[in-house]
Amino acid sequence: MAYTPDKPKLAENSEQLRARIPGWGADLDPKDRPSVPREQFDPTFGGAHWEFPERQPERWPRERSIEHAFLTPVFGTSCPPKGLSGRIRRYSYAKYSEGRAAHWLLLLASDRVDAVESTLRSFVSRRPDNPITETGVLSEGRRHGLSSRRGRRSDKVHHPLDPIIVAAPWVLGAGLVYAVVRRVRG
Amino acid sequence: MRAMTYRGPYRVRVEEKDRPSIEHPNDAIVRVTRAAICGSDLHLYHGMMPDTRVGMTFGHEFVGVVDEVGGSVRNLKVGDRVMVPFNIFCGTCFFCARGLYSNCHNVNPNATAVGGIYGYSHTCGGYDGGQAEYVRVPFADVGPSLLPDWLDEEDAVLLTDAMATGYFGAQLGDIKEGDVVVVFGAGPVGLAAAASSWLMGAGRVIVIDHLDYRLEKARTFAHAETINFTEYDDIVVHLKKLTEHLGADVAIDAVGAEADGNLVQHVTAAKFKLQGGSPIALNWAIDSVRKGGTISVMGAYGPMFSAVKFGDAMNKGLTLRMNQCPVKRQWPRLLEHVRNGYLKPRDMVTHRIPLEHIAEGYHMFSAKLDGCIKPLIIPS
Repeated sequence: MAYTPDKPKLAENSEQLRARIPGWGADLDPKDRPSVPREQFDPTFGGAHWEFPERQPERWPRERSIEHAFLTPVFGTSCPPKGLSGRIRRYSYAKYSEGRAAHWLLLLASDRVDAVESTLRSFVSRRPDNPITETGVLSEGRRHGLSSRRGRRSDKVHHPLDPIIVAAPWVLGAGLVYAVVRRVRG
Repeated sequence: MRAMTYRGPYRVRVEEKDRPSIEHPNDAIVRVTRAAICGSDLHLYHGMMPDTRVGMTFGHEFVGVVDEVGGSVRNLKVGDRVMVPFNIFCGTCFFCARGLYSNCHNVNPNATAVGGIYGYSHTCGGYDGGQAEYVRVPFADVGPSLLPDWLDEEDAVLLTDAMATGYFGAQLGDIKEGDVVVVFGAGPVGLAAAASSWLMGAGRVIVIDHLDYRLEKARTFAHAETINFTEYDDIVVHLKKLTEHLGADVAIDAVGAEADGNLVQHVTAAKFKLQGGSPIALNWAIDSVRKGGTISVMGAYGPMFSAVKFGDAMNKGLTLRMNQCPVKRQWPRLLEHVRNGYLKPRDMVTHRIPLEHIAEGYHMFSAKLDGCIKPLIIPS
C-alpha cells in the first residue's frame, strides 16, 4: 500500500492475464509501440514528394491566424465568411492571436450570429429551416427516448436544459416578430 | 451530391451540395462508402467549437473509393479503396517530419495550435468532412492508405480515428507491466484505450462511466473492470480504496469537453460555453492517479481556458501527456493487432444509419438513446 515500499499485489499475474486476454503484452516492449518515442525524424514515411508543397490557389481573401507567417499552402474552402458573422470572423482573425480570449469569444459570437442569419435567410429560400426535423427530436419516439433515460445517469439532471437551449431562439424570434407586427398595425 | 450540413447548435440536415472539386494538384476526391459520427462531432453539434459555420459538412471518420485524382498524385488511382486518417497533413513540415502528423503546420491557416481535421470547424482548417457522398482529400499521396483486402470496411472506418486514438492514448500512458490503468469514459475511444492497455502489459484496467450499457460493453469488448460513478458519493475516494490508497499508475481521459459528474462544470462549459471544456474527467484523473503517475488526455477540448486542477497535478509530480492522434503512424502495428484478433473495432458499432436520417442519428448519439455507442453513416 501507499504507506509501505511495495506496490499492492494484483489479483492476476502476467501469465494469468496472458491466458485470459487475447494479445496481452503484445506491445509490452516500448519498441513495438508506434508512437514511442513520440518524435521520430523520418520525412519520407508519409509518401510526400516535396519539401514545401505547391500552393493551392486563393480564390477569395482567406482569413488566417496572425500567428502564421503566411497563408498555409493548403486550406479548406468550405463556407467562406459572409454577412455580419463574416465581418466578425474577419475582425477576430485580423486583430487577435489565438492566445487572446477575445479571438475565441468573437468567433463563438459570430457562430451564434451566423445561425440567426442563416435561419432568417432560409425563410426566403425554397427550404426554410425546420426545427423538428433538423434537431432529430422525432428519434425520441423511435429510439426509446424515455426508456433510455431510466436508471442512473448523471446527465439526467441537465437534460431539461437542452430543449430550452434549442427552443429559446425560436421562441424569442417568434415573440419579436409578433411585437413588430403589433406595432406596425398600431 | 447529398451531404450532412450544420444549421446551428443542435440542428443538422441533409442538403444537395456541389460535388467537391480538385483544388490542389495533390488532392483526391473520394466517394464515401462508410462514415461515422465521432463523439467529438458532438462538440461541434452543440456549438462548443469556435468558428463552426452554418453549411459545413462534418465527418472525420470515413472510408471510400477514389473517384478522381489531381495532377501530382502518384500513389493512388481512380477505383482504389482507401481509408483516410482524420488528420490532414503534408508529410514534410517540421512537425510531420518528426511523425507529429496531427500537428501539421501546412494545412490549417486558421490556427497554429491545431492541425487540419476533416469536417471539424474552421478552427481546424475549414475542410468539409465525410458525412457526405463525396469528400475532398488533400495530400492524397500522404494521408490515405489502401484498404487491405482482408480488412472489413467497418473495422477500417474505426481505424481512421476512434480505435487509433484509443491505442495512441494507451501509448501516451507509458504503461509498464503490471500497471493499474484507469480509463475515464466508456465511449469508443475509452473502449479502445482500455483494450489497448492490455496489449501494453497492464495488470488491471478499470473503466469509469455513468451509462450502464457502455460499461457492459467495456466488460465484454475490453475485458475491463467497470465502475458507474453515480453509485459513489466520491469516485476519487473509491478509486483510492480500490488501489489500497496508492492510486492508479496511469489514468486516461477519454471523455473531454462535455464530461458529466459535476453540474456546474458541465453547464458552464457544455451549455453556456464559458469554458473550453468541462474538465471533470481530467480533474478526477489528476486526483485519482498516484503521485508520480501519468495522465494521458485523449478527450477533446476547445481552445479556450478550462478549470483544470493544475495545482494538484504539480504537487503530485504527474506527467500529463496529450495530443491528437497521428493516425497513420499507428496503422502498421494496429492492423497487425486487428488481423491477429487482439482488437475488434467493429464490435463497438451499435447503429448503422442512412445519411438521410443523420439528424436523428446526431440526436440519438448526443442524448445517448437506444444504447448508442458508435453510429456509422451509410451515404447511399
